[in-house]
Amino acid sequence: MTEQALAGGRTISLPMSKALEISIRSLKIRFGRSLITTSGIVLAIAFLMSVWSQNEVIGSLRDANKSEINLELQKNGVETLMAEGVDASDEAKARLAEDRSKQTWLISLSLLVCVVGIANAMLMSVTERYREIGTMKCLGALDSFIIKLFLLESTFQGLAGTLVGIVVGLTMTLLLAMLDYGMFVFEYFPTGGILRSALAAIVSGTLLSLIGAMLPAYKAAKMEPVEAMRSDT
Amino acid sequence: MTETTVAPDDQVEHNEGDEEKRTVVRTQGVKKIYTMGGTEVHALRGVDLEIYSGEYLSIMGPSGSGKSTFFNMVGGLDKPTAGKVYIDEVDVAQLDAYELAWLRCRKIGYIFQSFNLIPVMTALENVTLPMVFAGLTSDESRDKGMDLLKKVGLGERHSHKPQELSGGQQQRVAVARALANDPAVVLADEPTANLDLQTGTEIIELLREMNESSGVTVISATHDHKMLSVSDRVVWIKDGQKERVVLRKDLEIETVHVEGE
Repeated sequence: MTEQALAGGRTISLPMSKALEISIRSLKIRFGRSLITTSGIVLAIAFLMSVWSQNEVIGSLRDANKSEINLELQKNGVETLMAEGVDASDEAKARLAEDRSKQTWLISLSLLVCVVGIANAMLMSVTERYREIGTMKCLGALDSFIIKLFLLESTFQGLAGTLVGIVVGLTMTLLLAMLDYGMFVFEYFPTGGILRSALAAIVSGTLLSLIGAMLPAYKAAKMEPVEAMRSDT
Repeated sequence: MTETTVAPDDQVEHNEGDEEKRTVVRTQGVKKIYTMGGTEVHALRGVDLEIYSGEYLSIMGPSGSGKSTFFNMVGGLDKPTAGKVYIDEVDVAQLDAYELAWLRCRKIGYIFQSFNLIPVMTALENVTLPMVFAGLTSDESRDKGMDLLKKVGLGERHSHKPQELSGGQQQRVAVARALANDPAVVLADEPTANLDLQTGTEIIELLREMNESSGVTVISATHDHKMLSVSDRVVWIKDGQKERVVLRKDLEIETVHVEGE
């Protein structure tokens, strides 16, 4: 069997399941540290989600355009659509747009900080595992396998962090909105909008962890297997 | 140790290819120059050596002699500045990353000074990892992995993680892992340096046993004089050059002579 494989020069298959297994175990064994990395993503996504869901909730209340809700909205400094049937003034629209761009700026900053955090944590993880990576390369692991290992690890962290972040962000927003608007929040609950925001948050959270892990994963894959032979550390 | 049995079919397989003095690794005028802080360091100054299939070869030399550099060349881990290294008649310098990975996976088994088992995997998984890279199915690799673990006397401990094993046991797992894909060459980098005298001797005996039973070529870099008595040939490296090559029969006379003094 093996002789056949040797003679035929069968290509080294890319054992995805093995990569999955190893990366999950590596996460488990460094649970404490991966928790810290993950908490960075949790915070960033919670912020993102709270901003988005707040926009959705208030937008939905505003669109309801009921005088009692409009009163509450105005009390909280939110631009309303004024009287029923009348379009919002240009001034109000401009102010809304300005708020949005400020929000976008804040969100981008927080996500950037998050990516840097992930990259840092993954670099540490790579440095810590030089010998392990070198050994795997000596055993015949391809660069792509090593890259897969680290990207998967980071994706799992990203996904877990994002899910927790969504729950935290949404809960916070809803609690705060209930304080201001009471049960109106649930009367005009923007289910579709919230779901859409959650989906967008999952995509961005996972994508960010992938981006953060790219450079460290590349660095790990390009490592020379001789490193495994070094006796120090 | 007595329970280590040899699978009969294994022996047959390897005896066929076991012709007289087939060269498995050949180096021609291998030089290696490192540039460190602007100055050139000549780690190797042209080494010619032929390593024959099925032999047990030790490379000795003080640290800084270029021994490790030469060892890494022979194992396809480093490329020479000048000269050629052939492993199984393949010029290592000509290989791309993919082919190198293939070579390391199928033709060479590595044993490290500090064992280098993957800490998150069990003994069996460590042994089967190279087989996974070689594309064996999980059933195939599990059966073969268990056989190998039994051969090195650790059949009972296949589900233990490396940190649950003693140093000697870890090195046994590493020996099993090195043999996973029936390599042509096993490279052992000071395999006894992190072991006590007794365990070190056991590992050397195990390597010799594997060498005799499966006909695999064993190349080891070592300081350990216990290694000399089992080696077919010993190569001394000094100042980046091959100082001398001694056959075992000459070696025995030499050691007797030294002891006699």
